[in-house]
Amino acid sequence: MKTLDPVTLAVLNGRLVQIADEMDATLFRSAFNPIIAEAHDACHGLYHAQTGATLVQGTSGLPIFVGAMAFAVKAVIDKVGRDGGLAPGDTYLFNDPYDGGTHLNDFRLVRPLMRDSRVFAWLASVGHWLDVGGNVPGNFNAKATESFQEGFRVPPVKIVRDGVLQQDIVDILSANSRVPLSNWGDLNGQLNALDLGERRLHMLLDEYGDETIAAALAALSARAETLMRANIVPLPDGTYSYDDFLDNDGVTDKPLRIALDLTIAGDRMKLDFSRSAPPCDGPLNIARSTTVACCYVALKHIFTDVPANAGCLAPIEFVIPDTSLLGVSAPRPVGGYTETILRVIDVIFGAFAKAAPERAQGSPFATINALSLAGWREHGRKWVMFCFFGGGLGGNPEGDGLNHSNNPISTATIPPVEILESLYPVMFAQWALRPDSGGPGRHRGGLGAIYEIEALAEGGAEVFLLGERGKYPPFGVNGGGPAALNRFVYETDAGEATPPLVSKITDVKIRRGQKVRLETPGGGGFGDPAARDPQRVARDARLGYVSREAARRDYKVVLRDDGSVDAPATATARSGGPA
Amino acid sequence: MTGASVIVGVDVGGTFTDLFLLDSADGIFRTAKVPSHRGDEAQGFLNGLQALGGVSGIGSIVHGTTVGTNTLLERRGPKIGVITTRGFRDVLEMRRRDRRRTWGLWGDFVPIADRDLRIEVSERTLADGTIRTAVDPAEIRAAAALLKDKGAQALAVIFINAYANADNERRAAAEVRAVWWNEHVTASHEVLSEIREFERSSTAALNAYLQPVVGSYLGKLEAALAQQDFAGQFHIVQSNGGIMSTAIARKLPVRTALSGPAAGVVAAAALAKAAGYDNVITCDLGGTSFDVSVIAGGKTSVATQTTIDFGLVIRTPMIEISTIGAGGGSIASVDRGGLLQVGPESAGSVPGPACYGRNQRPTLTDAQVVLGRINAGKPLGGSLKSLDVEAAQRAIDTHVGRPLGLDVTAAAAAIVRVADARMAGAIRLVSIERGHDPAKFIAMPFGGGGALHVGALIRQIGLRCALVPRFPGITSALGCVLADLRHDAVQTVNLMLDGFDAPSLERRILAIGEEASAVIASAAILVDRIDVLYEFDMHYVGQTHTVAVPLPVVRQGDTLGLTGDLVRKAFEASYSASFSRLLPGHAMRIVTLRVAAIGRRPKFDFSVFAPPAGVPLDKAGLGSRPAWFDGGRRDTAVWSRLDLPVGARIEGPAILEQPDATTVIEPGLAGRVDPFGNLIVEPAS
Repeated sequence: MKTLDPVTLAVLNGRLVQIADEMDATLFRSAFNPIIAEAHDACHGLYHAQTGATLVQGTSGLPIFVGAMAFAVKAVIDKVGRDGGLAPGDTYLFNDPYDGGTHLNDFRLVRPLMRDSRVFAWLASVGHWLDVGGNVPGNFNAKATESFQEGFRVPPVKIVRDGVLQQDIVDILSANSRVPLSNWGDLNGQLNALDLGERRLHMLLDEYGDETIAAALAALSARAETLMRANIVPLPDGTYSYDDFLDNDGVTDKPLRIALDLTIAGDRMKLDFSRSAPPCDGPLNIARSTTVACCYVALKHIFTDVPANAGCLAPIEFVIPDTSLLGVSAPRPVGGYTETILRVIDVIFGAFAKAAPERAQGSPFATINALSLAGWREHGRKWVMFCFFGGGLGGNPEGDGLNHSNNPISTATIPPVEILESLYPVMFAQWALRPDSGGPGRHRGGLGAIYEIEALAEGGAEVFLLGERGKYPPFGVNGGGPAALNRFVYETDAGEATPPLVSKITDVKIRRGQKVRLETPGGGGFGDPAARDPQRVARDARLGYVSREAARRDYKVVLRDDGSVDAPATATARSGGPA
Repeated sequence: MTGASVIVGVDVGGTFTDLFLLDSADGIFRTAKVPSHRGDEAQGFLNGLQALGGVSGIGSIVHGTTVGTNTLLERRGPKIGVITTRGFRDVLEMRRRDRRRTWGLWGDFVPIADRDLRIEVSERTLADGTIRTAVDPAEIRAAAALLKDKGAQALAVIFINAYANADNERRAAAEVRAVWWNEHVTASHEVLSEIREFERSSTAALNAYLQPVVGSYLGKLEAALAQQDFAGQFHIVQSNGGIMSTAIARKLPVRTALSGPAAGVVAAAALAKAAGYDNVITCDLGGTSFDVSVIAGGKTSVATQTTIDFGLVIRTPMIEISTIGAGGGSIASVDRGGLLQVGPESAGSVPGPACYGRNQRPTLTDAQVVLGRINAGKPLGGSLKSLDVEAAQRAIDTHVGRPLGLDVTAAAAAIVRVADARMAGAIRLVSIERGHDPAKFIAMPFGGGGALHVGALIRQIGLRCALVPRFPGITSALGCVLADLRHDAVQTVNLMLDGFDAPSLERRILAIGEEASAVIASAAILVDRIDVLYEFDMHYVGQTHTVAVPLPVVRQGDTLGLTGDLVRKAFEASYSASFSRLLPGHAMRIVTLRVAAIGRRPKFDFSVFAPPAGVPLDKAGLGSRPAWFDGGRRDTAVWSRLDLPVGARIEGPAILEQPDATTVIEPGLAGRVDPFGNLIVEPAS
């Protein structure tokens, strides 16, 4: 293979990433559902012709897809291997979570980039479609025990054959969704993105020659591997373990252990999840490809300079037994995958904090809180408001955690209240930061939020929620405390109620004028809260981030009536004297 | 010099304040350059006017300012208060639930208004405009009094769904204004009447934050001008490239955020048009950044929103300027994966490049010095006598040459090449990626450094040629003198196209157009005519993003001739230009209407820039020096740019020097001087 000078390589790196970025932007701008258009729950990239390994990924795509897409492309490669008959202008479509990761809402489109009738690379697009049938609008069915209850499953099929969109398949897709027009719009947006990526990549290949671009892709992958090894080497050799729990699987009220034994040896790393819980009845299982993808996300958050391609996984060994909930196959339900992958990321952060405490961070709020409100409009059309909600990030060596962030698996922005209120018959009564929700620490965890929503439609609304962290809070590190638990409350004729499984419900109905309230966790704290600057604690109290009681209890800071620090009383409290 | 015919443009930049004086009666111009005073920008402004001989006889002064941007970036504005809908005081702080970076979870955010200065009141408007809870005047006054006690210097009133019906917000703002002790009160719908509460809140809060700062800055300038018996007009350039009165600038200071750079783009468009080019990509290479903007068919590109810093969003129409972190001060390094990087880290102007002698890390400027392209004996505009070439060589050898196994010259060439590629990438994003054919565009470099890179930009992107203005360093000041007056109005309407009431919408936009025109007419600055442009933001129902749809209509009498068919055709044309697939049969919606009134200023005669006639070419020769081009060092002719006569043709390789810029003509290219004094660089054959 041709070797490239470092300068040409740097130039081509920028050009390739730009193609993927522009594909992202095209879909964001032309998508129909706000989960893609506003929340950017989508991803694009270029993938290896034979292996499907990620070659280049856009910078604005959803982080979790960055790891998962390689498996999706491989599924198409295998399909082509079985069936043959690949032609330029073909595009495959599928959503099979066991063959490419994540959940049924994520529709992947995979198209070959052909040069002289050979596949040079694959282009792929994935986006979260609003509704794909199943028992629950929006498909976060907390009570699913089989994937059939979560939506319809599509194996890789040719949605575009020789450049012609297959209307038969579109018709099947339409018949199986509560919101066919939205899905139709998103499908077109994804095709727009692939069209653009294909044009741009051909232009680049024509300009530099196929051989040069192939050499650049190989060199970039090798470079990612080198960088990842360089990041692992300074970590002290040894095994670091961290365990955390999911509240329950939505069906049975029993905690599920997520356990990691992380071994560092020289420039290699092993992630062993063998001690994790077995497959569960409810939808909190994930497929192996999803587990690998979320490990990748966690590592990218820790080693931020490693580029997004398959090379960075080369020095890493995964142990993910298929007897655990992290390596399941069909038809185990996987619709709550977001919660499980967030906990996997948490335990990686937790184990890593032991290996490198100076770079540790408190756990992020780490629950997606997929909340849907649904009902019927006047003319008999179904409406589904579906949204993920925010929370706090962990305290870290640099400072306090960010208030009201998205999750580590996502770069999704939240749809504006005004957009939601203009699209659906709901009114938000509150959209606010949640005091005392950040884990105490020398650097405090960021705050979670309170969202309170009133049903305005004549028929009220059905409510569905799939969330976590209702029993096991986001943890602190290096002596920092945990954040507040997730909390969900809904109004009934008999007063306020909370669900037995805390953050998972289906089929709750509220009447017009009644409200639901979601209170999300903050992030875990970093370092001993009693070492936090008392003036910072006084400021937190003045701004209402931390209550006076919590200042006293968690931070051992005594505030005077005017809000200023009572220094002598604080000194006494901090030296362990009478509080 | 006589009164009304004399106009002065003043651009206060980070390092220098540039002035451009034009007497349109006599066709003469003058320029001045004085140091800026960061933190006291008024000083540079007034010193500059002194350097031009004082204010007497000046008919009008037009100012491009970065006071607003700097105030936001450095957070040196005052405490502000916010009065908002119950349940929503944290909108500003919760943002759109984003984070700073895709990868890495560290870093927090401090909102522009502290949480204890954001007060909730009982009021609520629904999405359809229905008022569910009316405002209580006593509660509003109490909130204002409390915020005053807490030390707020300015105040924003921001209510949910005020875009759909501003009555509650309008009433509350009136109550506040009745008791507030200064003029610094902003109501969100006055700044932006568009859906999306965070973007509107942020724009309104930033406006309130800037009001006292911009107000006192303008007050200081006006007082100083009055003291010197200045009797003319004083105007400010907006981010949209138009100018406005200082009265509007005080009310809407958020519209000045990109004032200076926008003026530069305006000048570029006018210069290019005069020289016969309608399609231009402007390239402003400064110390830390490379800013590009596209002018297509003679029109500047307009963006609807910009992010000043994480969580600080301004949504108001502005000239679209894309920035990448690659400037003369960008630091070159080799990362741990062995890849050469240039920027985004920058040595800025302090400590500056290694050749300034205060920094050991190599920058793009150091590479240009080592390659002999920048004259080490004649630094641009700065206070240094000469540049330290050896220091530049050492830095490049240590940080780039040795890690990559390259000699110093090859390493310097590699730095320039990677920087060229990044700049080309930035241009590609705004041109090719938007469907513009680069062969139809010219590059117009301005600022001090852009003209060093024109050759690479022409070759790598396939641009037609480059036009280096006669005075690249004063482009923004020139833009102040040339800019049209402009007033934008934006309203969310949310109308289905199918069966919409065209006559009623037409009446509405005509009324908005009249209001905007009245603002222009009241500015008392000479215009040839007022044009009103009408545009919709539209989408297929279900999409949340929109495409801009310029309406091909002109007012005739009392009508625009707006019809559903006309709007649909215009939408489909705009949609096809952005995306490959139309969705036939799908319902379309008009989301927002945008109206811009533009007061066209009298034409400027660019032949005033023509170099004096009859000077022989050889008078401009400055000898030669060795400079590196692809393949090695070559003896390269050096010319004094400003002494080149009209029609002069210089073959590359050549270096053209002038006090505020250096132009490099690479081998295979040639430069010629056009009748306006511009240098056109194009392929030699």
